[in-house]
Amino acid sequence: MSAEPVRRRLRSVLPYLLIAPTVLALVVVLGYPLVDMVTLAFQDMTRKELFSGSAPPWVGLRQFRTILGDRFFWTVVLRTVLFAVVCVTLTMVLGLLVALLMRRASPWVRAVLTSVLVAVWAMPVMVAAAVFRWLFDADYGVINWLLSQLPGVDLARHNWFTDPWQGFAVIAAVVVWGSLPFAAITLRAALAQIPPELEEAALIDGARPSQVFRYVTFPAVKPVFVVVTTLMTIWDFGVFNQVWLMRGGQPEREYYLLGVYSFIESFAVNRYSTGAAIAVVTVVLLLAGAVVYLRQMLRLGEAE
Amino acid sequence: MTSGQRQKARPGRPPRRRYDVLGLLVAAVVGFPVYWMVLTAFRPATEILSLPPEFWPSRPTLDNFARAMGTETFWANVRSSAVIGVGTVLASLLVGTLAAFALARFQFAGRKAFVMVILTVQMIPLAALIIPVYLLLNEAGLTDSLAGVILTYLVFTLPFTVWMLRGFVAAIPVELEEAAMVDGCGRLGAFVRVVLPLLAPGLVATSVFAMVQAWNEYVLVYVLLSTPEKQTLSIWLVSFQTSFGTDYGGLMAGATLTALPVVAFFLVLQRKIAAGLASGAVKG
Repeated sequence: MSAEPVRRRLRSVLPYLLIAPTVLALVVVLGYPLVDMVTLAFQDMTRKELFSGSAPPWVGLRQFRTILGDRFFWTVVLRTVLFAVVCVTLTMVLGLLVALLMRRASPWVRAVLTSVLVAVWAMPVMVAAAVFRWLFDADYGVINWLLSQLPGVDLARHNWFTDPWQGFAVIAAVVVWGSLPFAAITLRAALAQIPPELEEAALIDGARPSQVFRYVTFPAVKPVFVVVTTLMTIWDFGVFNQVWLMRGGQPEREYYLLGVYSFIESFAVNRYSTGAAIAVVTVVLLLAGAVVYLRQMLRLGEAE
Repeated sequence: MTSGQRQKARPGRPPRRRYDVLGLLVAAVVGFPVYWMVLTAFRPATEILSLPPEFWPSRPTLDNFARAMGTETFWANVRSSAVIGVGTVLASLLVGTLAAFALARFQFAGRKAFVMVILTVQMIPLAALIIPVYLLLNEAGLTDSLAGVILTYLVFTLPFTVWMLRGFVAAIPVELEEAAMVDGCGRLGAFVRVVLPLLAPGLVATSVFAMVQAWNEYVLVYVLLSTPEKQTLSIWLVSFQTSFGTDYGGLMAGATLTALPVVAFFLVLQRKIAAGLASGAVKG
């Protein structure tokens, strides 16, 4: 008789016990630093406080006033937004096209494509950056040589990084190349779940292929498309490695994105609080994207 | 032949061959950087710096690999990467499976909030948190230690691990577990004997992601690990890049060596990964 209530109580506590380690790890290594980052942004922490361990002085909103009043900061914000928009658009459009293509191609071509995509997907960022630096090398890079074969183009000894626009084009190429596989494979998985009868019925009813795509295929994959787009936006907004590595660990000011800017303020200039303030602004800007993502994920979860 | 006949039944569709050609073209373009990396890695130094470039292998050599592996800290860095990778995977599977089980099998107050947290923290870029994480580990005396790195990676792989494993657990019918419990297994016994074996493919797929994240990460280890022997392959590769200047042969050999374990891992398990994406991450 007495075992039953005990078991019932265990049953109600069990899920909390199971999630406890995860919650603990998240609170300590993620929650605490997050709070710390916000706190830091309202203080003035320099090298001195870091090494002496003394409490940094409070400065209120000064860090935010400084960065928000700085024209350079807004240039970086604009640059980051533009960069993210270009990368996300390219990734999603190309990803969708590749996914559609995989569906139409013969099984063996699909297998080849999948293997290539998976191999690219697994490539570490620093490897990708190193390889693209070599591809775009000014003197012996294969890209300069290939493009020079086009009539009227001479790119011998052309340095892509002299002009930041061109430099960012190369960096965007690395980013898109690296994230294309995830987009394509996920979208392909979503496309595979559409029953073929649905599209065939539309075709038989006289719909043109473009109409089938617009009214049948795309609506069916739209939830996944939205989730992947938001994830891409979040990742591309926080791009750091590609810029850092392609510029050999010393990016010029023309190559600053928000992530790079924050990192350099902290670890190169040792203005930890300015770096933290920039990081806070970055996260706040990201929240807009986060809301879309969360709503979509929860809706998908509820549909189950 | 058969596909040609089927095309007749579906009017308005261009023949499949056109898509095949296009597909191979896309594969060639997307795969080219990887090909070029491997090609350069096996090429003698004199051929690398020559124009016009040669697109096919001739006189392959292992010199570049010898040079890359001969750098002072290479093997120490391999070891360090392996320890961090395996440590992250084990920790995140252990902790993640428990939480995934709770999410898939129980309704409890705060469940929704927990899901929200799991989904939200996936979006915080590690680079944004580097300063406070550094300060935290500095206080705990874990800055130049692999344990500190594993602990941090754990937190960044956990959300994904939990979310993906949740999908795999949910796919296992509850009735199997209940049957085992009726037959006299405890909840734990049912979990170990019934759920765990069925969960194995999910665990494998998830561990690939954790492994790859840990293997590929750069910024955090760059900030945290100062002893050259403790640093990971990703740092080794970048320092190789700066210290050897334009030794592209050595650099591409190093890049190939760094990428090899994860690419092999991914290719072997690609079917499971795709299944994982479809059942865990996408369906929600």
